[in-house]
Amino acid sequence: MTARDVVAAGSGLLFALGLGVAGMTNPHNVLGFLDVGGAWDPSLALVMGGAIAVHFWIARRAARGARPLLASQNALPENPVISARRLAGAAIFGVGWGVAGFCPGPALVSAASLALPPLVFVAAMIAGMRVHRRYFDDPGCSPDRLSEPSPAP
Amino acid sequence: MRVLSSLAGGAMIGASASLLLLFNGRVAGISGVLSGALERTPEAHWRRLFVAGLVAGGLVLRFALPSALPSPDTSLLRAIAAGLLVGFGARLGGGCTSGHGVCGIARLSVPSVVSTLTFMATGMLATGVVCHLLGAPR
Repeated sequence: MTARDVVAAGSGLLFALGLGVAGMTNPHNVLGFLDVGGAWDPSLALVMGGAIAVHFWIARRAARGARPLLASQNALPENPVISARRLAGAAIFGVGWGVAGFCPGPALVSAASLALPPLVFVAAMIAGMRVHRRYFDDPGCSPDRLSEPSPAP
Repeated sequence: MRVLSSLAGGAMIGASASLLLLFNGRVAGISGVLSGALERTPEAHWRRLFVAGLVAGGLVLRFALPSALPSPDTSLLRAIAAGLLVGFGARLGGGCTSGHGVCGIARLSVPSVVSTLTFMATGMLATGVVCHLLGAPR
């Protein structure tokens, strides 16, 4: 285990605990935020706001090109253009999110409960990712190509 | 509305994303992390560790905060449909709630702001249809 490995695993653990404390691993709370036509619960906006506020300084530091402490460079998504493809992806993602109240992080955390709905959701989510990779892969979206340093011209 | 627990949990999520970015220079976008963890590349290694940390966090919650992991009464058909759309849409859209909604917005990325507004709007629409027109439990 290198120090970077510890940071990777530790940040995953902290992310999961944060989701749990925030109530986001309970799909009822997520649907409460999305159900603006029913008994609306704006709590999720506070979760996002709190996360953005805490992350803001480090994120801006990286966006300005400051080097990470344990790696040679940041692997930030190149600022992608707003394409029809990306908007369609966001729209489809949102529909799936609104259908059951699960998005990827909370679903993976909830899968540890071994309850059937999050386990089935995670399996279907991975299948959806594989369908994208097989038939719709776009170099601009591939996480690995984003992580490679740009080749010298 | 749960003010304190929402802000505290959100702050923990922001701290997690900050540790990963400050030390490793990597973005805590869960859909990208998960799909990249399934590849055979050098970058898959840290992503597998992050996913392992997420699941370990779920195990900790199971014992330390069991109310965070209720058994949802989601039907399996609903879970399958939602999962397929979330997995496919997140990859096509280049991110999900964490990658766009937290990390991208914190970097002041305009495409991430637009993506977040888009998936929130379609999510609200879908929840309205599923819970009010189709009568599924919320």
